[in-house]
Amino acid sequence: MDNIAGKKSSLSIVVNITVFLLVLIWLIPTVGLFVSSFRDRDAISASGWWLAPLATEQTFRGRGDTESVTPGDGGVVLTGNVFLDPEIAPSFPNGEGKIAAFGDSGREPGEFPAGEVADLGDGASLIVERSGDYVFTLPEDPGDRGPRYYVVAKTPPSFTLDNYRTVLSAGGMGQAFVNTLTVTIPTTIIPILMAAFAAYALAWMDFAGRSWLIAAIIGLLVVPLQLALVPMLTLHNQVGIGQSFLGIWLAHAAFGQPLAVYLLRNYMIGLPRDIIESARVDGGTDFQIFMKIILPLSFPALAAFAIFQFLWTWNDLLVAKVFLPSSEETKVMTVKIADDLLGSRGGDWGILAAAAFVSITIPLLVFFTLQRYLVRGLLAGSVK
Amino acid sequence: MATLKLTDVAKTYGGTVDVLRNINLDIKTGELIVFVGPSGCGKSTLLRMIAGLEKITGGTLEIDGQVVNDTPPAQRGIAMVFQSYALYPHMTVRDNMSFSLKLAKKSKAEIEEAVSKAARILQLEPYLDRLPKALSGGQRQRVAIGRSIVRDPKVYLFDEPLSNLDAALRVATRIEIAQLKESMPDSTMIYVTHDQVEAMTLASRIVVLANKGIAQVGTPLDLYERPENEFVAQFIGSPAMNLLSGEIVETGQHTTVKLDGGGIAVAAVPTQAADKGLKVNVGVRPEDLYEAQGGDYIFDAKVNITEALGEVTLLYFEPQGDNEALIGKLPGIHNGLRGTPVKMTAKPEKVQIFHDGRSLHYR
Amino acid sequence: MNPVFQGLITIAVGVGGIFVYFIASNAFLDKVLFPAKGPNASRNINRANTIRPWLFMAPTIIALSLYLVYPVIGSFIRSLFNRSGDEFVGFSNYTTMFASSEFRTAFWNNVLWALVVPSVSTFLGLLIAQLTDKLRWGNIAKSLIFMPMAISFVGASLIWKFVYAIDPELGVINAIRVNMFGASPLDVLQIAFWNNLFLMVILIWVQTGFAMVILSAALRGIPEETIEAAIIDGANPFQIFFRIQVPQVTNTIIVVFTTTTILVLKVFDIVYAMTGGNFNTQILPSYMMQFMFRDDGRATAVAIVIMLIVTPVMIQNIRQARAEMR
Ligand SMILES: Nc1ncnc2c1ncn2[C@@H]1O[C@H](COP(=O)(O)OP(=O)(O)O)[C@@H](O)[C@H]1O
Ligand SMILES: [Mg+2]
Repeated sequence: MDNIAGKKSSLSIVVNITVFLLVLIWLIPTVGLFVSSFRDRDAISASGWWLAPLATEQTFRGRGDTESVTPGDGGVVLTGNVFLDPEIAPSFPNGEGKIAAFGDSGREPGEFPAGEVADLGDGASLIVERSGDYVFTLPEDPGDRGPRYYVVAKTPPSFTLDNYRTVLSAGGMGQAFVNTLTVTIPTTIIPILMAAFAAYALAWMDFAGRSWLIAAIIGLLVVPLQLALVPMLTLHNQVGIGQSFLGIWLAHAAFGQPLAVYLLRNYMIGLPRDIIESARVDGGTDFQIFMKIILPLSFPALAAFAIFQFLWTWNDLLVAKVFLPSSEETKVMTVKIADDLLGSRGGDWGILAAAAFVSITIPLLVFFTLQRYLVRGLLAGSVK
Repeated sequence: MATLKLTDVAKTYGGTVDVLRNINLDIKTGELIVFVGPSGCGKSTLLRMIAGLEKITGGTLEIDGQVVNDTPPAQRGIAMVFQSYALYPHMTVRDNMSFSLKLAKKSKAEIEEAVSKAARILQLEPYLDRLPKALSGGQRQRVAIGRSIVRDPKVYLFDEPLSNLDAALRVATRIEIAQLKESMPDSTMIYVTHDQVEAMTLASRIVVLANKGIAQVGTPLDLYERPENEFVAQFIGSPAMNLLSGEIVETGQHTTVKLDGGGIAVAAVPTQAADKGLKVNVGVRPEDLYEAQGGDYIFDAKVNITEALGEVTLLYFEPQGDNEALIGKLPGIHNGLRGTPVKMTAKPEKVQIFHDGRSLHYR
Repeated sequence: MNPVFQGLITIAVGVGGIFVYFIASNAFLDKVLFPAKGPNASRNINRANTIRPWLFMAPTIIALSLYLVYPVIGSFIRSLFNRSGDEFVGFSNYTTMFASSEFRTAFWNNVLWALVVPSVSTFLGLLIAQLTDKLRWGNIAKSLIFMPMAISFVGASLIWKFVYAIDPELGVINAIRVNMFGASPLDVLQIAFWNNLFLMVILIWVQTGFAMVILSAALRGIPEETIEAAIIDGANPFQIFFRIQVPQVTNTIIVVFTTTTILVLKVFDIVYAMTGGNFNTQILPSYMMQFMFRDDGRATAVAIVIMLIVTPVMIQNIRQARAEMR
């Protein structure tokens, strides 16, 4: 359509910019989380994540080094380097940093620019160079406690994997990750097989009441899951399954059926009738036709549903909260984040971000590698 | 009411794929020009360039003396009828026809008048409030035509408008289009088809496209009687013109060719003495061949197959050498000729001579 | 037993069991019940073929009736009993619920959600689908906007918790307020009424990609010639979009809209994780979760209310499906 004569190019610039802005808006939240997950607590509270790749200015305080006292004119002189101060050094592991400003009171830590001599009154003066070297001039020996000084220093951008370490080892997130996998994989594979047989029957076998069954499946597509929670949990408890992995497997497998049957039937009905009929003429039984022809030909739809079901069970919070016990050993990641981290760790944003990222990496990976099938599945489900 | 002038028009896709080049064409007011050519030769592309739906990548296109290369389609004063009708499926017939006028902010009365006039011409009055899906193929095509009529365009463009219709409807609609043209003698029309019957019956002039360019422009009879090259000779007419290789042996007002198969062909094509010995192809239409009653013959071959079509019989001769099978078309029924050798000849006025693919008429 | 190990066994037993079931039941049908030999061979084949579809569908039908059909009745019955389930209380769960102001807040908030989220995400999806269609990098743009689909609602909530954070060094919104407009930071999740919209933004962020993907395919399915005809008719890009393209994808728009509406009535995660239903942000699904495990009578009553809201959509879907099959 870009071939049309006399088409204005200004419009296409506007379109480009609009889409760019939309994509930006869409990405910012995720990027923020991603960046924050690599920053420690102090960095997060010191500057916004959007400044993370830049050096940041931070205020530090230290004390004049009393061991360096030498008599000078009208008092004593203390010399040293800010970055060697035991209070400050840990923030600058490589010993490199730049002092932007300094001062002698916590209220105005950056009162004087670096390199300028500051008159502190009562005959005291201080100068801090950009390199961190300082010269304190005091009227009398300060004794054991060196005089306080404050500096504003540029810290280099720092990123760390500590959050991930904490999350995976201490936070129980590692266990939750395994639990999520344990819930997800069986509930992705088993319902597909069940549904594929049913979908074949609904697509290619003739029997009374077929159209009613299809209608019923379509109706069940929209039944709110919430209805099933209380009665089914009660039932599980009565038959002895209780809250357990077995229970959640059964629940997910059943809840996935309407969509699976619907998608697969839509796909199978589109397979060429001739192939199926010629297989029948060749003497294939329904079981053989299903195994040898329908299943291989339906691969795209099977893949599409598998991705759906995987994402859905991986991301599910509701079913996991109800059908799994709430003990620490059986928590899945969504429950862990929603109930534990968001509650107790409310303040530690780095940990939260890392936890969230751990929980979304696998779905994102699946999403970006198998996107094509996912799109195909979505389309099979909604456009006929 | 409009003239078109194409000067060296060319089309290249993506800078590398040449589809058309050196298209030069003058179209006068009131003409019905037909583009024909084999599938994929660029007919639609050329039409869409005239419409403005494809950018012209070389040369200029003028409508009424104005270069319109960069004019958007809507401002070119053209209307287009698509092969697939391109009716707006969500609008009634009336809305389909009035859409362009509404966009042009015409008054209600004007729109009403234009639509009802077009509907009357095309006998669409009973269907005005129907949706396209409730119409038959022929009716849809008439709506598409009606949609272009209401705009009163300078140039009508048709891209294979009949090829989605069944045979009977195609003939009927073809006649309707011919009548429509007759009722609007001043309107200029360009019509794309791959069907040569449509081309021959509708066109005031035919443009044959082949090999990325124009093979010949002329009236239908021009193309039939004096094709400029072997391509046009074989493309126009059905079955295609027979071609036999040979060598010029006698020159003058009439030229005599000794054919490689042993026969002699005399053509009413003037040649000079220097042409003697020239390797040429002789072209004769199947319908111009008749049984030689003694004397010279163009070829002598066994009839392999006969096809009696009623008013004529097609004779398929045994191929000679590496020539293609020769075909003859005799009036009446001649099933008895099957399996027998027959000598065939033709009148000199009906015989063409081609050298290097080009007719000796045009040098 | 280690749950991972248990999971592997489940896969093996589940998959194997399904195959064993199908092979064995088909064999039983063909060899024992109606053998295709003897005097009644052809009658037996026909009988076997009337039963076979039901063999194929049995696992699904059992699963569906147990986990989705029975619960509709089960939930309704349970909702007529008291907290511990041992005393029949009639509709009193419903009457107390309707009288509670929190329920009414949740209900009206849910109505708001069901209006705003589907409209905005469908509209944005349509817009993005159209805009990206012509771009060289359109597929990349689409893929990035589609990406949140892969993220759990909990994950999405957390992501947006960062955006909404009060700390101007953390929350983009407050950073802009503080640094650009010099205003003081505030907790957007506590601003009455508007906080609902901020929560909806999260679901819109997730769902727009879905709308976009489907509508983009629908837009591509429109015959190109109708658009070209409109160009020749003198329509500008906006007129083409709104008067030629959008009307031709109305059905798809409706499908996307209803699918999103149904989703809105299921998602409790966002409210649960972001505000816990405080500050008047409750919606029905999260309201129900408040009673889950505490008062099953009330919880099921809420579930039944949600079911009633979806019923018209369900009936409409079934009708349409039956019309298409004819
Ligand atoms: N977008 C395109 N890019 C490259 N080649 C094209 C494109 N569109 C058409 N063509 C080529 O241009 C030629 C002419 O096409 P067209 O005009 O549709 O032929 P027809 O004469 O059958 O209408 C064809 O060979 C086709 O392959
Ligand atoms: Mg064409």
